[in-house]
Amino acid sequence: MRGSSPSELYVFLHGLWERAGWPEGIWLVLWAVVVAAVIMVFVLLTVLILVWVERKVAGDIQSRIGPARVGTRFGLLQTAADALKLLLKEDIIPACADRSLFVIAPFIVFVPAFLAFLVIPFGRRLVAQDLDLGVLYVVAVSTLPALGFLMAGWGSNNKYSMIGGMRAVAQLMTYEIPLGLSLLTVILSVGSLSTVDIVAGQAHLWNIARLPMTIAFVIYFICAMAEVNRVPFDLPEAEAELVAGYHTEYSGMRWAIFFMGEYGYLFFVCAFGTTLFLGGWQGPLLPPVVWFLGKTYALIIVMMWMRWTYPRLRIDQVMRFGWKVLVPAALLNLILAGFWFAR
Amino acid sequence: MTTSLPPSIEVTGLDADQVMINMGPQHPSTHGVLRLILTLEGEVIAAVDPDIGYLHRGMEKIAENRTYAQYLPYTDRFDYLSSLNNNLAYCLAVERLAGIEVPERAQYIRVILAELNRVASHLIWLASFGNDLGATTVFLYGIRERELVVDLFEMALGARLTYSGMRIGGMPYDLPEGFADATRNVMAQIRPRLDENDRLLTGNRIFEARTKGVGTISREVAIAYALSGPTLRGSGAAIDVRREDPYCVYDRLSFEVPSFPQGDCWARYMVRIEEMRQSMRIVEQCLERMPEGPVRAKIPRVFKPPAAEAYARTEAPRGDLSMFIVSDGSERPCRLRVRTPSFANLQALETMSRGHKIGDIVAILGSIDIVLGDIDR
Repeated sequence: MRGSSPSELYVFLHGLWERAGWPEGIWLVLWAVVVAAVIMVFVLLTVLILVWVERKVAGDIQSRIGPARVGTRFGLLQTAADALKLLLKEDIIPACADRSLFVIAPFIVFVPAFLAFLVIPFGRRLVAQDLDLGVLYVVAVSTLPALGFLMAGWGSNNKYSMIGGMRAVAQLMTYEIPLGLSLLTVILSVGSLSTVDIVAGQAHLWNIARLPMTIAFVIYFICAMAEVNRVPFDLPEAEAELVAGYHTEYSGMRWAIFFMGEYGYLFFVCAFGTTLFLGGWQGPLLPPVVWFLGKTYALIIVMMWMRWTYPRLRIDQVMRFGWKVLVPAALLNLILAGFWFAR
Repeated sequence: MTTSLPPSIEVTGLDADQVMINMGPQHPSTHGVLRLILTLEGEVIAAVDPDIGYLHRGMEKIAENRTYAQYLPYTDRFDYLSSLNNNLAYCLAVERLAGIEVPERAQYIRVILAELNRVASHLIWLASFGNDLGATTVFLYGIRERELVVDLFEMALGARLTYSGMRIGGMPYDLPEGFADATRNVMAQIRPRLDENDRLLTGNRIFEARTKGVGTISREVAIAYALSGPTLRGSGAAIDVRREDPYCVYDRLSFEVPSFPQGDCWARYMVRIEEMRQSMRIVEQCLERMPEGPVRAKIPRVFKPPAAEAYARTEAPRGDLSMFIVSDGSERPCRLRVRTPSFANLQALETMSRGHKIGDIVAILGSIDIVLGDIDR
């Protein structure tokens, strides 16, 4: 926690601790555990909500009603019921699987999605850890799931999983580059890598309203969709081709962890996009948290809308689009931003 | 737990260039129980070997142990998405064998039902083709529209999938009251939704990228493989049994035979979309011109056709569906031979898909529109 803006709650609790005369070291560990627990609960709740939202949005688009039985006529408890069912299912590990890889892989995918929330400012001073290198940290953490996909693909000892895992890595690596370049555009204008500073810089005008960053936002959004494997970029798990890609062999709770990682990450990329381009928690009248969640959910719903509208691209088309369109576009945009903000 | 099974991915030096994959018999996009043995070089398909027979029920042999009337329900189960077209082919063959004259009203009703079944079948195809390409919403839309047509069948025949809706000599009974209005109403609903689907997919850049230039087969090769139906007409050959060798009342109806010259998945898609519109046009004409009168010819209770042979050719939704019956003068066929369109069409799969990616084989298979019940019989 940087000294500049600790929340009132933190100051109050820390004060109590100091007055009691307990050692500072234990306080830091304890505080970290509390923060981690809060984020964990938040991510899990978010996943529950997102799955429900996704099913409702899909239902609306496909002229059906979606979940409508479990928990009121809006099916509010459907995801919770599903999660419970998954918990109770048998844990199957294929006989010839590489057990250790197979077991660890889901966590490697899920943990980064959870870690990334550390630097997201949900409101004024409502950020778990305002790192000086916040954006860099996010880029570093969000590369990790690729490793998990590859481990799952290889560890399952299934050819569909293997192809799915390789596709996932190729796609993530490809889209990581234009994504990073679009982030650079923002950093260039704000002059800081801290997410809190970036939001503070948008008090009067959201970044998306400034030209090079409008383009950067479009690039970011496309890359973000590719990063979270959504249609039209859902090739790693393309059902029609690869059954379920890298998680073909996963079932029960292990599969659910992949699923949580996917939705947690979906929420994260949209929250990060909100922070960088849509003014974060800034907005008039309503409380900051409401503004933040509102903008994030708007982005998420756009992603869902696309998912349920478009067909899927082919792997070579995905790669070509990434390398031959997005990377040059992001580079040019970066140069443009260089001139633009140098004025 | 045994770990004696061999690992399926064996990396032995440079021989790992080619990977063999079993696609099916349980796989989301083989449309039933088809097994494709794919040889892959990375993501590129080096060879495809379709392995069929998982749904073989010995339909042709069964025919030899059933009376002519008893066999009709079995024909429902060839291509279970277009039962009525199968019924029609069988009835035509038997009627030709015994020289039965079918009343005109029955012929019109048969055409109406066959064309409606074509629409229903193509809607299922559209749905699953969308699903194969990852456009899940199209799947739901296709099924939703088909439901309307199925409701019509339920109204007319009392069944929703295996209708057994025709009889030797005509129809089991007349169409119910209000059927014409209900049909017009359904078509009025389907037409704009078809246009909507058209807008959702046809001009879509991603859809075009996935279908244009994929699975190309030339007119000559398509004919050499004896392809038929939309799969053939997507290669620029406007050959349609309804036009070439008219049966029932098709020679009195005006309709177009859509064909596109590109020979790729996109062309086959366009042919089917256009065919649905043409089918509805045919139904409309039939509803208008249908005469009053009986719907079934007099058939003796114990039906024994003369010892002879008969061959009937029809245009089913998937192509040329023909039946050849040999009779020895008894109550049961001596031999029944069925020429099903999916079986012939599937042969072209390897030619179409060699050199493409795994993702393409799904699109190509979808665009051929196979039904495993039709292939294996």
